[in-house]
Amino acid sequence: MTHITVNVDGTTYEDDVEPRLLLAHYLRDRLGLTGTPIGCDTSNCGACTVELDGASAKSCSVLAVQADGCAVTTVQGLARNGELTALQRAFHEQHGLQCGYCTPGMIMAARDLLRENPHPTSDEVRHALEGNLCRCTGYQNIVRAVLAASGQQDGSGPADRTRDASGQQVTEEVTA
Amino acid sequence: MIPPAFEYARPETVEEAVRLLAEAGDEAKVLAGGQSLLPLLRLRLAFPELVVDVGRIPGLRGVREDGDTLVIGALTTHHEVIRDPLVRRHAGLLAAATATVADPAVRHRGTLGGSLAHADPAGDLPAVVLALDGELVAAGPEGRRTVPAREFFVDYLQSALSPDELLIEIRVPKADGWGFHYEKFHRVAQSWAIVGVAALVRREDGRIAEARVGLTNMGATPLRASAAETALAGADGPDPVRRAASGAAEGTRPGQDASASPEYRAHLARVLTERAVLTAAGMG
Repeated sequence: MTHITVNVDGTTYEDDVEPRLLLAHYLRDRLGLTGTPIGCDTSNCGACTVELDGASAKSCSVLAVQADGCAVTTVQGLARNGELTALQRAFHEQHGLQCGYCTPGMIMAARDLLRENPHPTSDEVRHALEGNLCRCTGYQNIVRAVLAASGQQDGSGPADRTRDASGQQVTEEVTA
Repeated sequence: MIPPAFEYARPETVEEAVRLLAEAGDEAKVLAGGQSLLPLLRLRLAFPELVVDVGRIPGLRGVREDGDTLVIGALTTHHEVIRDPLVRRHAGLLAAATATVADPAVRHRGTLGGSLAHADPAGDLPAVVLALDGELVAAGPEGRRTVPAREFFVDYLQSALSPDELLIEIRVPKADGWGFHYEKFHRVAQSWAIVGVAALVRREDGRIAEARVGLTNMGATPLRASAAETALAGADGPDPVRRAASGAAEGTRPGQDASASPEYRAHLARVLTERAVLTAAGMG
């Protein structure tokens, strides 16, 4: 067993863990923070994405012992006193989910994007979410939600600028 | 899935890491960012007795200049490589190719040294460092040694590192003035390259004076397309480049998998070499 100290969503935990314990399992099974789901065994789906010291990471691909001394933020640490963040609200308002399984990872990955690039194009949103799979929505409303959270449009706002495969600027009408 | 049980050590110096590796014989695995090792452990394709977590050893992260050479610490993450001003200025090929690796969350954790030491011929960065004529510096019980990239990739998932050696830095000659492009062909956004081509081109008087072409996933190791490189010298337009690129698969032994046959991979190598060289040369 290895002793670790981890701050998760503002609370500091001390635990003795097996070195092989994945951070995703630590969060879910030890701390009961089941808001972070596990969707695959291959690092592909991104459902388990959290922030580790401020940068997105797939918690199925991090050992709990690697998080020793670090700060972890899960989707459960975003809302303050029951008040959703703008990004969470946008997923709700733009209907950026159907079954919801991918949503925590989508939100954590989108936070990462908006921190670096507060006004992304729809193409940049798609690239930023390339490590997160959704099997319900076809991604359209997820991209809309991220754009809405960036304040660029509310789903019925100005047309979205994007680029097609040849790099030409094209205009895509976005309607709610 | 749950990884098999292992002992865990987190050394604080290179010397301590090397000592731990030497004591464990070949029963230890090095953990840096974990983006290759953890999937292997989860899928139970690796059963180390000891995992040596080198992720917090100071001094192995970051980029510096050493004359005409760029020195990149092995623990520098993909995310850092992409944004590093020295890498962007002097080894733009590396920054561009690294931006195609996996996805943002993986790039936050994964390291340049880790992906080279993993020696996966389908990984993007081995062929890039090979094309850049890079060198890899390893620390072992006897001290440090420098291995040219051409000798570093020995076989499938096998590097020239011995079990008691740790990759500590990557040295890349500055490629100032060279055009570059990494052309990657893959089925979906975050999947491995079916074939990738890393091209560096130096032009003189409107002609290609010198070209270097690294191939991803065209054999058990990353390869240089030597025949195409030779034929590219003197090429002065798209047609000569196409003719030269037709030799890109010479001497390769691409594998068969669910994505592609060896013949299809050879075809891709030719087409992607043409595209990568034309783009790198500004002729595309």
